[in-house]
Amino acid sequence: MTVAISVDKLEKTYASGVVALKGVSLEVEQGDFFALLGPNGAGKSTFIGILSTLVRRTDGDVRIFGRNVDTHVYRTKLDLGVVPQEINFSQFEKVGDIVMTQAGYYGLPRKLAAQRTEKYLKQLGLWEKRDTRSRLLSGGMKRRMMIARALVHEPRLLILDEPTAGVDIELRRSMWDFLLEINRAGTTIVLTTHYLEEAEQLCRNIAIIDEGRIIEDTSMKKLLLELDTHAYILDAEADLDLDLRHDEPGLSLRKVDSHSIEAVLSGGRDINSAIAVLDRLGIRIVSMRNKANRLEQLFLSRLRASENGGD
Amino acid sequence: MFTDHRLIAFETIIIKEVRRFMRIWTQTMLPPVITISLYFVIFGNLVGSRIGEMGGFRYMEFIVPGLIMMAVIQNSYSNVVSSFFSQKFQRSVEELLVAPIPNYVILSGFIAGGMARGLCVGFIVTLVSLFFADLPLYSPVITISVVLFTSLVFSLGGFINAVFANNFDDVSIIPTFVLTPLIYLGGVFYSIELLPPFWQLVSRLNPIFYMVNTFRYGILGTSDIDVAWAFAMLVLFAVLLFGACIWLLRRGTGIRS
Ligand SMILES: Nc1ncnc2c1ncn2[C@@H]1O[C@H](COP(=O)(O)OP(=O)(O)OP(=O)(O)O)[C@@H](O)[C@H]1O
Ligand SMILES: [Mg+2]
Repeated sequence: MTVAISVDKLEKTYASGVVALKGVSLEVEQGDFFALLGPNGAGKSTFIGILSTLVRRTDGDVRIFGRNVDTHVYRTKLDLGVVPQEINFSQFEKVGDIVMTQAGYYGLPRKLAAQRTEKYLKQLGLWEKRDTRSRLLSGGMKRRMMIARALVHEPRLLILDEPTAGVDIELRRSMWDFLLEINRAGTTIVLTTHYLEEAEQLCRNIAIIDEGRIIEDTSMKKLLLELDTHAYILDAEADLDLDLRHDEPGLSLRKVDSHSIEAVLSGGRDINSAIAVLDRLGIRIVSMRNKANRLEQLFLSRLRASENGGD
Repeated sequence: MFTDHRLIAFETIIIKEVRRFMRIWTQTMLPPVITISLYFVIFGNLVGSRIGEMGGFRYMEFIVPGLIMMAVIQNSYSNVVSSFFSQKFQRSVEELLVAPIPNYVILSGFIAGGMARGLCVGFIVTLVSLFFADLPLYSPVITISVVLFTSLVFSLGGFINAVFANNFDDVSIIPTFVLTPLIYLGGVFYSIELLPPFWQLVSRLNPIFYMVNTFRYGILGTSDIDVAWAFAMLVLFAVLLFGACIWLLRRGTGIRS
């Protein structure tokens, strides 16, 4: 299996004295859809900055598809596309020109650059906006334009730094579909996000970073399995004035409002047992959803564990 | 049609630079042309007719080469400093920095953009000057090469200025407080023979003095200085500044954290 990203003992101390990364080692396999999770200021953007050469590392090694970024500058840059967290295009230029220019920077001949620009602006729903000045785009359109720009040279590895921040639900879902599709087509994707649901929906593997250290690096499945509590909101068919008392171990039920119940399962209990209990109580469930975020709980518990255990 | 990726990147930067100064031509092309045309009218025509001769030529003919040079210097410099600084400011310079473009290509692209504007404005000003004066064009080779080198040197200067600039004030400080005085004192309006010996010596420390005089020599065939020496100096400046720019880019000064 080829490794798309391999970093070893990455350290970064900014000129201001802030230590942003304290020995980060990480591997992302080719073809993976990888999430990098962490609170504000954890060092995610710094990490991405180092991969894209915008941030100079203080120490450590970076390889992209097995090639050292210092000795294979041309190749490693060609393999990488980055969608940054902050807007970084000229506000005065036209959408089409921005993407075309980026293609030129990557050495694509004009004809090919024009084809790719058209292809990706179309895929991201921006072709009609090609002659619009970029500052007149909405926030969501600006993000999509940056995705088109990052893809124009068709990199094997795409890194997105909080791509869906400030993007509405509908658009977020269509972005997810788009990313899943290009991942299926073979592009390795790494994204950072604060929307934990996003990581859960999209990613196969995940690392959690906090204060410049990786505190968890595992598969999404394992991580979710490790959680011992799952909370669901169940919507009942009829008004609820029934008693919710029961004697099933590992299950607690609580009325949320006249139509819904919160069920918290622990100790390996699954949702079937909750439904069986409710059935016995004469309550019919018409729909259900995950309560908030299990990842969020896990995230907090990991942070707590590392604070207690660490240093 | 270029095939090498570096040449394509170079071409792309130039296209972007030219598109920028053409898009905002009312800020980039029009003002210098108007200002310098006013110099022609006021100093050359109105005042100049009372001054008589300078360095053996009509005053108008004497100042035209200096004013053309002034246009080239100011526009080459300010194109690179504003363009590169505004790319830093808007962070669109990151588009260049993440791409596989060697530093010398990035630098050459911006420099070519600065030279394009400097030469464009210089050319328009020259056309305007033809309404006021006959330019004999004594040596086309010297004239053209000194313009090219001067434009190159000041484009490089503008680049260094932009690398260190942190705000818009930093972009205008050098042009206002250094460049303009050096140009005015560089023998654009007078021959240094008119100055007392001490000030003649001081004038000779001003690099712009050599550029203006060499250019004037190319056009009129008259000069206060040794032309070969002026060229040697121009080439030296260009090499040193180019080296300094590459060094700054490699260190990532002002652009990589
Ligand atoms: N250019 C810089 N100069 C100095 N310090 C910086 C710079 N960029 C980031 N930092 C600091 O480095 C630390 C990590 O920042 P970074 O941007 O990598 O965090 P992040 O995980 O991306 O956060 P967020 O989720 O808010 O985007 C922070 O303490 C931040 O203040
Ligand atoms: Mg960030």
